[in-house]
Amino acid sequence: MAIEVNIPTPLRGLTENKDVVTAEGATISELIDNLDKNYPGIKARIVDDAGNLRRFVNVYINGEDVRFLQDKETAVGANDEVSIVPAIAGG
Amino acid sequence: MAETFFSNLKCRECGALYPKKAIHVCEYDFGPLEADYDYDKIRAAISREKIQSRPQSMWRYRELLPIDGEPTVGLKVGFTPLVKADRLAKALGVSELYVKNDAVNYPTLSFKDRVVSVALSRARELGFKIVACASTGNLANSVAANAASAGLESYVLIPYDLERSKVLNSLVYGTKVVGIEGPYDQVNRLCSEIAGKYGWGFVNVNLRPYYAEGSKTMGFEIIEQLDWNIPAHTVIPMASGSLLTKITKSYQEAVKVGLVGESKFSIYGAQATGCNPISAAQKAGTDLIRPVPKPDTIAKSLAIGTPADGYYAVNVMKKTGGAAEDATDAEIIDAIKLLAETEGIFAETAGGVTLACAKKLIESGKIPRNERIVICITGNGLKTAEAIDGHLNEPSRIKPSLREFDALIAGGSSLAAKK
Ligand SMILES: Cc1ncc(COP(=O)(O)O)c(C=O)c1O
Ligand SMILES: [Zn+2]
Repeated sequence: MAIEVNIPTPLRGLTENKDVVTAEGATISELIDNLDKNYPGIKARIVDDAGNLRRFVNVYINGEDVRFLQDKETAVGANDEVSIVPAIAGG
Repeated sequence: MAETFFSNLKCRECGALYPKKAIHVCEYDFGPLEADYDYDKIRAAISREKIQSRPQSMWRYRELLPIDGEPTVGLKVGFTPLVKADRLAKALGVSELYVKNDAVNYPTLSFKDRVVSVALSRARELGFKIVACASTGNLANSVAANAASAGLESYVLIPYDLERSKVLNSLVYGTKVVGIEGPYDQVNRLCSEIAGKYGWGFVNVNLRPYYAEGSKTMGFEIIEQLDWNIPAHTVIPMASGSLLTKITKSYQEAVKVGLVGESKFSIYGAQATGCNPISAAQKAGTDLIRPVPKPDTIAKSLAIGTPADGYYAVNVMKKTGGAAEDATDAEIIDAIKLLAETEGIFAETAGGVTLACAKKLIESGKIPRNERIVICITGNGLKTAEAIDGHLNEPSRIKPSLREFDALIAGGSSLAAKK
């Protein structure tokens, strides 16, 4: 089941400049692992050594921050829109 | 040329070092970059006597600020009064209370002159000709004024519905003011795109590592004005959480460079109930900040729904044994009046937030009544006068007649237009 993932500008160097890529998995965690197979190195930018989402990286499913769902174990389905968005620094 | 003690920018998350340019996020993990110093060199170079011999401005702590040469913008900023607030202390039932009064900071009457003076001094070193900011009002005023005096072109972006006084206080300096139809977070988001595209120096976006360090001077001054002591309890308003984090850093650095000995201190954060992402997280015992999409408070200067330093602010409060509080609009107005009536200080809404929260923290026992407390007043009431309009007794109005005046004094309530 392929799910579309929106890739932010700073990570497009790893996705052949594509802003949307597809990945497979039933949870965010699996999705990230699968992304890393096709685009090696991307996982390390999104999660830390312990596998947790990096503090200044947000992952949204249909506009909801997964931190307020089941975090990296949040389930994803084919019709979900997944976005990786670095926190906006500044302000 | 002045000696520099400022070595690198450093990622707060992974510690990676970066050159001292107009950059603010780690390329690897998107963590914020922060100024890093050679503290051994600073320790050897400064002393209380040396600092005390310098002009009374924030630049007397020059060694601990992130520029290479001498400052060129904001030379007169800072060294605002630390007022021993005995009447307010009595009203709150505490033994020793001080007000750090940045409502009279030079030139634009808020603590933001501190951050802007560092950011613009650094912007000049980096060769920027155009400077800008995303602002909830005070920062815009300060960028506009300090850029004007430095001969820099400036743009300030603000939520379109700020207090009229805050808008006028930017316009008068000839800056370009852009009102954005949306809350501050959307202003900030747009600014980060503009910074990338136009290559301007945004003081709180790509120059944020330099900007943020300016807030430390409020803490250094408090220490020096307390005769080189760190206060046991400090109450600080929070928007992005940067000021709170940096005052804490100033206390730690003062110890690190040998200006004061180590002592226990606690840091308390204050927000408005209508925009309380940081205090809500602190109260819930988490450092996960849940954004507030639609802030609703008269404390517009503090209305940041997605606070960039919220995570660090919560952790500072936890580590120092502090706490957070938030205050409703009515509590904010009461506190503005209380500060004015007891100490003769007219604070803006953010000051009302700080005092109202301090009061609650004292009443709940989180701040003990018998230890030294400092509350940070960061902006001037004249800029948010509309927030208290209608909440004060109106002036009495009489004919130019002594008889009418006598009647008024004698309690002629028909003449005294009471609310
Ligand atoms: C008067 C006043 N006090 C405090 C703050 C809080 O600043 P920070 O974003 O550093 O938390 C602001 C920010 O705009 C402000 O205008
Ligand atoms: Zn990093």
